[in-house]
Amino acid sequence: MSITEILFYAFSGVLIIAAIGVITARNPVHAALFLVFAFFNSAVLWLLLQAEFLAIVLVLVYVGAVMVLFLFVVMMLDVNVAQLREGFTRYAPLGLLIAALVVVEIGSVVWVKQIGGVPAANPAATMVQESNTRALGELLYTKYLYPFELAAVLLLLAIVAAIVLTMRHRAGAKQQDVGAQVAVRARDRIRMVKMDAEKQP
Amino acid sequence: MIQHNFVLMLAGLLFALSVAGIFLNRKNVILLLMCIELMLLAVNFNFVAFSRQLGDLHGQVFVFFILTVAAAESAIGLAILVVLFRERKSINVEQLDTMKG
Repeated sequence: MSITEILFYAFSGVLIIAAIGVITARNPVHAALFLVFAFFNSAVLWLLLQAEFLAIVLVLVYVGAVMVLFLFVVMMLDVNVAQLREGFTRYAPLGLLIAALVVVEIGSVVWVKQIGGVPAANPAATMVQESNTRALGELLYTKYLYPFELAAVLLLLAIVAAIVLTMRHRAGAKQQDVGAQVAVRARDRIRMVKMDAEKQP
Repeated sequence: MIQHNFVLMLAGLLFALSVAGIFLNRKNVILLLMCIELMLLAVNFNFVAFSRQLGDLHGQVFVFFILTVAAAESAIGLAILVVLFRERKSINVEQLDTMKG
């Protein structure tokens, strides 16, 4: 058993424990922190699986941005946890049953594939010549250039949508109305008044 | 050498746990979103595992796009959640029955 295998099993176990923590935590903040932990473990596992760039992206994007957003929202909303957790034990057997069913199904498929003799491709033989980031970048900027730009537009759309959804106008808040500023005419601002000259006293 | 099957089983376990999480926390929208994130992570594990097994980088490109879409999804989902909480003072799924679904 090599060191990579030992690391893989260790981090897999911790990942499963973190996932159980996410779904059973009493406090949503704890659940979010468990999810951060799960993402960190997944990043390590992806490093072991030779997906280095994606591991870094997972930590930067998920732990750095998405989970911080989650934590913000969880802490900003004043949630009544006890009310939301009623029925937890009532639905636990059904949930566990379906989870076990999913495990059995996926496990049987993996096992049948294994004994069915899928041609075991030579793992990782072709990917170690150059750095993972460089290879991925070459693929992304040539073959997948158009989807890449679509993804960028999608992110812009998400930014605009999130801002538009959560923006609110409070009564009495001072702000500029750009349309009114542009539409203004000179005669609205300056009024020419004809009058006789006044004599200096 | 990490066995391919074990990675697939790990992804399956993770997916099953998140399915169970959706059943357990079916009243709390925040936890439902977190479970969806966990599901996407499990799917990404499959892509990474097969990318390594087949020596093909296209799987990792797909993981990249899934990460993009998941980030956009959670941002918009949380924005909707904030608006919802402002409107209803609650994020209980059972009280979201305006549309009589």
